[in-house]
Amino acid sequence: MLNYIIRRLLYMLVTLVFVAIISFMLLDLTPGSYLDTEIARLRQAGGNMSDGQIEALKIRYGVNDPFPLKFGKWIVGVLQGDFGQSFEFSVPVSSLIWGRLAFSLILATSSIIFAWLISIPLGVYSATHRYTIPDYIITVLQFVGVAIPEFLIALVLMVVSASVFHADVGGLFSPAYVDAAWSGAKFVDFLKHVWIPIIVIGASSTAWLTRVMRANLLDVLNAQYVQTARAKGLGEGLVIWKHAVRNALHPLIMAAGGILPALISGEVIASIVLNLPTTGPLFINALIKKDTYLAVAFLLLLSVMLVVGNLLADLALAWVDPRIRLE
Amino acid sequence: MATPNLAKPIGARPVAAKAAQADTSQISQGRLMVRRFMQSKLSVFGGIALVIMYLLALFAPFFGPYDVNEIDTNYQWSGPSTLTFAGGWPGICGVTQTLDQKNFAWVYTKDCSQSNPIQLFVHGSSYSVLGLFNSDLHLFGVGKPAKIYIWGADSQGRDIFGRVLMGARVSLSVGLVGVGFSTVLGSILGTASGYFGGIIDNLMQRVIELISSIPTLPLYATIAATLPHDISVTQRFFLITVVLSLVTWTGLARQVRGKVLSYRGADYTSAARLAGASHTRVIMNHMLPNAVSHIIVVAALAVPGAILGETALSFLGLGMLPPAVSWGVLLRDAQQVQVVTTYPWLMIPGAAVIAAVLCFNLLGDGLRDAVDPYG
Repeated sequence: MLNYIIRRLLYMLVTLVFVAIISFMLLDLTPGSYLDTEIARLRQAGGNMSDGQIEALKIRYGVNDPFPLKFGKWIVGVLQGDFGQSFEFSVPVSSLIWGRLAFSLILATSSIIFAWLISIPLGVYSATHRYTIPDYIITVLQFVGVAIPEFLIALVLMVVSASVFHADVGGLFSPAYVDAAWSGAKFVDFLKHVWIPIIVIGASSTAWLTRVMRANLLDVLNAQYVQTARAKGLGEGLVIWKHAVRNALHPLIMAAGGILPALISGEVIASIVLNLPTTGPLFINALIKKDTYLAVAFLLLLSVMLVVGNLLADLALAWVDPRIRLE
Repeated sequence: MATPNLAKPIGARPVAAKAAQADTSQISQGRLMVRRFMQSKLSVFGGIALVIMYLLALFAPFFGPYDVNEIDTNYQWSGPSTLTFAGGWPGICGVTQTLDQKNFAWVYTKDCSQSNPIQLFVHGSSYSVLGLFNSDLHLFGVGKPAKIYIWGADSQGRDIFGRVLMGARVSLSVGLVGVGFSTVLGSILGTASGYFGGIIDNLMQRVIELISSIPTLPLYATIAATLPHDISVTQRFFLITVVLSLVTWTGLARQVRGKVLSYRGADYTSAARLAGASHTRVIMNHMLPNAVSHIIVVAALAVPGAILGETALSFLGLGMLPPAVSWGVLLRDAQQVQVVTTYPWLMIPGAAVIAAVLCFNLLGDGLRDAVDPYG
């Protein structure tokens, strides 16, 4: 088992190095840099820059360095926790990302838990009451849930809560608490805001997991050991939850690895609509403004989140399924 | 196929399966597939709805009463027209625009006492039909100066109904073209990977793993951000489909690889090789025909992802850009909650996205069950 984990970790590291190279290359080798945008903006504002000034700026930001040198400098910095400077904000990238990434991580994790808590009972109910009206309703909801883009759920939820409940929507905190230090009151305020993003981000995953759960359980319910359990007189609840559901959970854990990319993508786009202090808004803005180091740092760390999440899903699978563990 | 009891597709009732099994020997596989597909009412519904949507998109200028770029300051943010039967024939209420002096917003007051009857096949703005000839015929309209907005108007008084139909051209074809690209790419690479194995397979699997370890939307966004801005709408459309397919091919390649791997060990493949068939012949004549139905299914199930991808990118301002019209571009107008709360009809393009994705999912599910009619 330890061997397996170490191998996976090494593997992960290699993947991430390649992710870094690819993302850096994508943003760096394409025409136009933040500097061009900045020079154009200054010129538009009426200021004129001499060629000498431009040259000095280029040297300062290392724009004309060859790619391997630029990448080499950057990756050495990354290993020491220095992700370079943000062009737009003129501060180190690392001072911008960690707080936002933490919120992203909290949201993604809570959404997964939300999706599981909702989808398992729904899937079980749907499978054990096949072809009844509630089953049809769940099936329809699950089809629609997969089809709705996250930002649309976000909009609908916000419009409804703003116009029906007159609730203060958007963001993760009320204005009064945004800059306040963490306290009991701030946490309560946080809880009041965080449910919308969790539902938005978790909705499509919930729909998908419900579907997987229903299909798995239907397969398992046909198995002979379920018949045996019933034949020896176990109560139906025990048969379903102890014998059937436990075995139907394995594919669900595998599916958890599969929904991670959707969760992270959903978080990025939902946070823009909901105006959350997470990675999404800053990342997309950095891409549009060509703030290379900031964008690459986000892409890399979001990938780290995904890869680590997948590893955790695999470990969880090995933990619940001795067949994998003992292989 | 091997374990029909366990691998039963969702929704297939035992009775239907038994009926299909009883006469499998007499009926060709193709007929069985069609029969199984027809049994799933929802999939048939999805298929028909999609055909209608594509027809609406193809003849969008005919079904929409006005030109999609026609600006009308008299109808800024005007809501959907109200239907009235006052004249004995369906018509719409008259609308007058006044400026609310307090918060400088346009206010529209309805006057349903007089009806502007809806006319069929009216002459209006001119457009080109499939690039063949010009026409100015529109399915419906109302007499001037009244205007009909069945789904309301946007910030510049443009007809949202017509724009959703027009946007369907981009949004619906982006899915098909993008998945088309990735199907070709995925099939070739997946087949090579599964058939030849060894180093090629190993390399291909690593590349796929690498691409799948970057979250989808951020990857789309990063690639899309590198596209130049000063290109034509057509070029941008083409590049966006390439961006989408650069990511989606991995899933297809995995599926094809799995299929080819299972065929590689089959007796008929060995027989073909022993009979002297070349690799190309084995792949083209023995494996691809076998895999084609599965490729179609996987492709159909990948289309919704591509549609959602384009919508998300355009919504973020990284995909299609105005003046191009797509559902994502239209939804950009609905980015601010305050605006949407006041003018909820701006979210209608979102309903179009949901409908299209839903129908593709239903169709794909039906196809998946149909390609294995013996299950």
